[in-house]
Amino acid sequence: MPLIRNGSWAHDDYTALTDQEPLADGGVLVSLNRFQAEQELLLARNQPLGVRLSSSQSPENIGSGLHHLSLVALEFPAFRDGRAFSWARLLRSRLGFAGEIRAIGHFLIDQLAFMERCGINAFDGDARITPEALAAARAEFSNVYQPAVDGRPSIGRLRAQSS
Amino acid sequence: MYRYDEFDARLVSERVEQFARQIERRLKGELSEDEFKPLRLMNGLYLQLHAYMLRVAIPYGTLSSSQLHMLAHVARRYDKGYGHFTTRQNIQYHWPRLIDVPEILRDLASVQMHSLQTSGNCIRNVTADQFAGAAADEIEDPRILAEIVRQWSSLHPEFSFLPRKFKIAVSGTPEDRAAVRFHDIGIEIIRSDHGETGYRVFVGGGMGRTPYLGLCIADFVAREDILAYLEAILRVYNMEGRRDNIFKARIKILVNALGLDNMRARVWREFEEIKKEGSLNLPEQERARIAAYFAPPEFEPLPDTCLEFETACSGDGDFAAWSRHNLSPHRAPGYAIVTVSLKPVGGVPGDCSADQMDGLVQLMDEFGIAEIRVTHEQNLVLPHVRKKDLPALHDQLERLGLASPNSGLASDIICCPGLDYCDLANARSIPIAQDLSRRFSDLDRQEEIGELKIKMSGCINACGHHHAGHIGILGVDKKGVEFYQLQLGGSGAEDATIAEIIGPAFSKDEIVDAVERVITAYLRLRQPGERFLDCYRRLGLEPFKNVAYLEQLHAAY
Ligand code: SF4
Repeated sequence: MPLIRNGSWAHDDYTALTDQEPLADGGVLVSLNRFQAEQELLLARNQPLGVRLSSSQSPENIGSGLHHLSLVALEFPAFRDGRAFSWARLLRSRLGFAGEIRAIGHFLIDQLAFMERCGINAFDGDARITPEALAAARAEFSNVYQPAVDGRPSIGRLRAQSS
Repeated sequence: MYRYDEFDARLVSERVEQFARQIERRLKGELSEDEFKPLRLMNGLYLQLHAYMLRVAIPYGTLSSSQLHMLAHVARRYDKGYGHFTTRQNIQYHWPRLIDVPEILRDLASVQMHSLQTSGNCIRNVTADQFAGAAADEIEDPRILAEIVRQWSSLHPEFSFLPRKFKIAVSGTPEDRAAVRFHDIGIEIIRSDHGETGYRVFVGGGMGRTPYLGLCIADFVAREDILAYLEAILRVYNMEGRRDNIFKARIKILVNALGLDNMRARVWREFEEIKKEGSLNLPEQERARIAAYFAPPEFEPLPDTCLEFETACSGDGDFAAWSRHNLSPHRAPGYAIVTVSLKPVGGVPGDCSADQMDGLVQLMDEFGIAEIRVTHEQNLVLPHVRKKDLPALHDQLERLGLASPNSGLASDIICCPGLDYCDLANARSIPIAQDLSRRFSDLDRQEEIGELKIKMSGCINACGHHHAGHIGILGVDKKGVEFYQLQLGGSGAEDATIAEIIGPAFSKDEIVDAVERVITAYLRLRQPGERFLDCYRRLGLEPFKNVAYLEQLHAAY
């Protein structure tokens, strides 16, 4: 299934595995449980590796293995569940994660701009989630009040600069 | 008062257009009602029993006369000619049509108003003391911080899908008129021993099904750190607040489950990191820019005593009565703070007609009053009035039907819309409030009773603050019949307490009599000068409980 990465359609180079499925060739995406259980084996493969977090799992649970990952997928079980916004921010700030952060599950185009601001850079959603929708969502607001992890200057900063 | 710069103005207009597109998508079927719901709620649009309801924010309760005029226009043009002021410094319109909403929001944006985050699981409209900038004992105008928080919380990328709604209130005086300890976060502006102004932060207060008083999580947060500290609290809440049960999702439950020390440690960990990043530090320059908008108007040098005023007060006419209850001391000599009661005898608490609003606009222009305030007690306040203008101003208020001399008295009842409008309600609250206000309409009797805060909600959500009422009334549903629970001894002021339930609920024919019996008992039991609340605190529940139920059988025949 195609997904959006950094604003355009991209090929999903990870196979999403359940906890029982045998490892496939190439990149794989596994649950936190499986990662914790099979960490050594997974890291030894030297292939792209992603970990999937449910909305109740903090990325701090990944531990030091985080720096061997190229993908963290954050699950939105329902668009009302906003925990992953904070998980994404933690990944980008406290944990210094520079790889792909992917939103999976149920979310709305009205949330895309917020997600990007929190550090999510890939989206695997329903048919309404397209690069066009993302571009439109980005353009909805010329400025933002809050500093976040996207480096966009806050309105406070712009005011300070212009005075 | 604050004026939008180009950034604020653009953001609000862009939000209106975004919402217009969301409505369009809903009408075209691209959004299900389930998906549309949180989007419309985040813009203050509810679907109620009979129609949509639009809740418009009045940030920290301050309105200019042109804004009030616009509220009148919206009431006339898109609604049935009135609006309802709520306990959270909002105004609600109960009859707008969905297709009109973008137009209403554009009209509001033209006077720098909006309905951003007046509902939904996000940081709600920030409230503050209605006497801000006028109160004699104020340390700092709370609206400065409230505006800073308004901006920081508007369309927050991380905190727009919280476990539940989140309410913040700010008070700038030791006397608490903003009910800070009943908010998710309550902020009290304080001065340290070294003379530095900063913030004491309470967390986890709230009403609803499980009322709690906020606990002090930080004794002193420096000015520049406050946004970082708030962001830290919100992050802990967003990550750890419960999402499995809507009744356990407020931050008060989290604070209680973790314990205050644990909560404080978690917040501190986030705070230190956010502070280190530095981007949320509040520069003094920006604080000062916002503070400048709230600089008090230039007060005329006036003697504190004013002959015309004193003479009018000494009479026994309506003015004298009104001046006894609806005026509060102002910090400037020769000025007073006027409370405009929205509680006429038998009226709907908080309702105000378009004509009354426009009448107030005229009066403000005539007396050179730039701002009007909305209180959480559902009244209005004219913050800066020359004492010598008071008699003439009172005449005009009388003409507008806005001169009820009952501020702080038994008929100054807080009351939510209840089952007459609200789809969450268990019982009607308005008719009970109307009956009570008629029962206690006699001013001599009200004066004899003295300060009394009756607060009433139509369901456990407690929009009418019944937990904080000296006398609180809660509508409940017993097998499809409306009943009313009586609670006593609450306070939303600096001596905050949660009211206690006295026992089984009363029927709608009994509740007003029960309240009256409790008040009669108080008159018998009180010591000289003792308020109802103090008398209750001294004597406890028992004597009041006994009389409340005593004559129940007779009352119901
Ligand atoms: S307290 Fe209940 S009935 Fe009253 S307005 Fe709030 S939700 Fe509606």
